[in-house]
Amino acid sequence: MTRKILLSLIILFSSIICFSQDNSGEFHGDFDLNMQSYQEDLKIGAEAADEIILNNAYLNINYTRGKFAVGIRYESYLNALADYDPEFKGNGIPYRYATYSIDGLEITAGNYYEQLGSGLIFRSYEEKGLGIDNAMDGVRLKYRPFQGMNLKTFIGKSRTHFTYADGIFRGVDGEININDLFNCKTKTKAILGGSFVSRYQERNNLIFKIPQNVSAYAGRLNLIHGRWNYYGEYAYKINDPANALSEKAMNYANGNTFTQNIAFSKKGFGVVAEMHRTDNMTFKSDRDKDGKAYLINYIPTLSKPHAKSLLALYPCATQADGEFGMQLDIFYKIKKGSLLGGKYGTRFNFNYSRINGLNGGNSFLNDNTEHSPMLISVKKEELYFQDINLEINKKINKKIRANFIVANQTYNKDFLEGHVPGDYGVLSSTILVADVSYKIKKRHSIRVELQTLKSNQLEKYSDHGGIYENGMEEPAEGDWSMGLIEYTISPHWFLTIQDMYNWGNEKIEKQLHYINIDAGFNKGANRFSIGYGKKREGIFCIGGVCKFVPSSNGFNINISSSF
Amino acid sequence: MRKIFISLSVIILFSTMSIAQNRSLPSVDIKTLNGRTINTKSLENNGKPIVISFWATWCVPCKKELNAIAEVYEDWQEETGVKLVAISIDDTRSMSKVAPYVNASDWEYEVYLDPNGDLKRAMGVQQVPHTFLLNGENKIVWQHRTYVDGDEEELFEEIKKLAK
Repeated sequence: MTRKILLSLIILFSSIICFSQDNSGEFHGDFDLNMQSYQEDLKIGAEAADEIILNNAYLNINYTRGKFAVGIRYESYLNALADYDPEFKGNGIPYRYATYSIDGLEITAGNYYEQLGSGLIFRSYEEKGLGIDNAMDGVRLKYRPFQGMNLKTFIGKSRTHFTYADGIFRGVDGEININDLFNCKTKTKAILGGSFVSRYQERNNLIFKIPQNVSAYAGRLNLIHGRWNYYGEYAYKINDPANALSEKAMNYANGNTFTQNIAFSKKGFGVVAEMHRTDNMTFKSDRDKDGKAYLINYIPTLSKPHAKSLLALYPCATQADGEFGMQLDIFYKIKKGSLLGGKYGTRFNFNYSRINGLNGGNSFLNDNTEHSPMLISVKKEELYFQDINLEINKKINKKIRANFIVANQTYNKDFLEGHVPGDYGVLSSTILVADVSYKIKKRHSIRVELQTLKSNQLEKYSDHGGIYENGMEEPAEGDWSMGLIEYTISPHWFLTIQDMYNWGNEKIEKQLHYINIDAGFNKGANRFSIGYGKKREGIFCIGGVCKFVPSSNGFNINISSSF
Repeated sequence: MRKIFISLSVIILFSTMSIAQNRSLPSVDIKTLNGRTINTKSLENNGKPIVISFWATWCVPCKKELNAIAEVYEDWQEETGVKLVAISIDDTRSMSKVAPYVNASDWEYEVYLDPNGDLKRAMGVQQVPHTFLLNGENKIVWQHRTYVDGDEEELFEEIKKLAK
């Protein structure tokens, strides 16, 4: 294996030397190391690691010379951090590529990341925070014959941990910018796109007739008229039966997704309204495997990604199998010099999102039954998630900046976390956040953040005298508060102390503090940080894709660098 | 056999390496807020410095940094001719919010989208904010990770060094 890699590297590098006319070859890359110790803490449910310390590290090296580029990524999991899939084990070079471009044609062999349209039918990407890397391995061609026309095609297999999933993917995508292509300078601009993907996987089911080639296609339209911008995309996937429902029943239904948004913005004001509907649209790199490592498409979540910890305590995840969602965002800046704007102006962001189930669940089709949900149904359907929030940003004077957020979130804990209906029911929480920073003197600043979350559970643990009929063992966590103090010396140092306190837990022994201390040094291309503390067990999401993070207690070290 | 391969590859590696002091801006396709595809090679500022700042609509320190610079941007431009290029790494979940946010915030920057993370990967950006300073030849001469209050002052010191 190592020899093969080295051999291919040699060939790549020598080919660059021979073919490249340009003499300015450059190496560049980046390094990232995350180490954490795991000590036992029975109160928060944290387990000790047998290894005491777990470690993830990555090194990217890229070499570019003229029109050529080659690169590798070395990954080391000894052993992988507790919130990573244990399938990430050991060391290796799972990512290597070579690419060159000439006269508008770009050819890549090896690994690549690709997304077609919004990703509804295909998205290969990496997100280290989630432990996701479904890079493709194969060949990709991108071609721009004229300004305003972009074509791409690819073939490859999708990475899962240190191996590749069974399915072979073939895809094409074309995009035309009508105004650029025909050189017409109208006020209305249009961009049209279409994509097609097909997955081949050998038939291995003896009972049911399973298609070996599963295709999905999508069309998209982007219209721009002055300050208005519209984007719409429709995607369709043919039947992709995977898990038998019973000895005689298999789901042969098609899948589809429709998404659109319209935005208007001008100086000081912006608004965007979005909706989507998705039905039976989970697309995997291996029909027989489950888990996020095998997902090969992406249905963007229609809720605001929150950065503050209590706002992200109960996050929303897309239900690709079936949901209807809508979202509205309004951005507004009150001019400086006005009564409310003050000397520096005041910024507002209002956000509303609501996600509910499809009428009667997702599409279903076999010999005995058939179901296709109504196109649009909102009112009577099961609510999955709702978030109404308002954020205000204000610079009060030269020294003080403030940020306030008020939010009300409704979170269907049973559905989104896969509990038995009635275990927890729906949580409704009201959250307040204040974040104020104060400049003490040149380069020295202090920042204080206070957050509180009042949670309302449909049924309370105490109502049942501590015993539930439906098998529920734990109450939801109830109310939280959080405080943070950060001292920074620009541009190199930071020190943060924070405490998250679950004071409203109905179980007194669970009313715990989660204290964390972090410090870091930052200079140029390098960053070092060290921390100690306890982490709450919970669900952590990026872009609506979520992972479960176990509770932990220990030290962590992060070193990152780029060259 | 294996040793030969290793030594050979090391020799070749180093022989190809014309140890460049400053990295160039990589050549990668990015998108304008109007959906046009452009290549980073076409970014230029008439030989004056360029700041490239990676950010996202969901990133609090990024917005803090860019809003802080927005207040002094006119002065910076007047004094040094610098141009700021803000690269949003928002994916398709939040990409539609970029233009409304940028316009509402009244930013005068050039803003581009990198939804597939191609430029982010090519420049070795792991987390946002990550800010690069390019000299008049589009070579990276300085970079900074994260943002804390006052970091923009250091950036401006570096820009002034280039503008001299």
